[in-house]
Amino acid sequence: MNLQLSHFSAAVLFAVFASVVFGITQRSTSREQIRYGLYCFAMFVGGVFVAGWVMWILRR
Amino acid sequence: MANSSTTKETAPTQPVTAMSVVAPAIGWLIPGAGHLIQKRWVRGLLIMGSIAIMFLLGLAMQGRVYRPNGGDILDILGFVGDVGAGGLYIVTRALDLGQGAIAHATADYGTKFIIVAGLLNFISAADAYHIAIGKKP
Repeated sequence: MNLQLSHFSAAVLFAVFASVVFGITQRSTSREQIRYGLYCFAMFVGGVFVAGWVMWILRR
Repeated sequence: MANSSTTKETAPTQPVTAMSVVAPAIGWLIPGAGHLIQKRWVRGLLIMGSIAIMFLLGLAMQGRVYRPNGGDILDILGFVGDVGAGGLYIVTRALDLGQGAIAHATADYGTKFIIVAGLLNFISAADAYHIAIGKKP
């Protein structure tokens, strides 16, 4: 099997799975786990966009 | 002035139970199983699904699985990350998968997916231990 994801879809999948594990392991209550998981996901995906714009600026 | 020797507090010692040994061990071998044997069903299944899918996606993306005798320090670090996946790593090595002839740009992402799946499993095994000793609900 040869799966070829785009850079963005690979980054989003990475963010989803890492955020799930971070949320569960780093917080105690269910509510806190969901909130922290969503926070991590937003930071991962936000970081992708920030890095993308930084690279676009550097390339100009 | 307070005497520092009298004010020093010692951390409370946690009792060593069978579960505090078995949960992280089985959690390392089978991702999420450390939570499942402690009846944390939803957490266990989510961890199992996340780590297993991440590892398998890495393999499907032609990611490389590191061997223990890589020689290079980065290869050794890669091995440490990979071996965190426990049973997934053992089965992958037994089936001789993850040979990693990188043929396209995103194959390197596959290698990183496999390493991070192992590192996340280390974290989840530590979490299973904290549940077993009562540090976390």
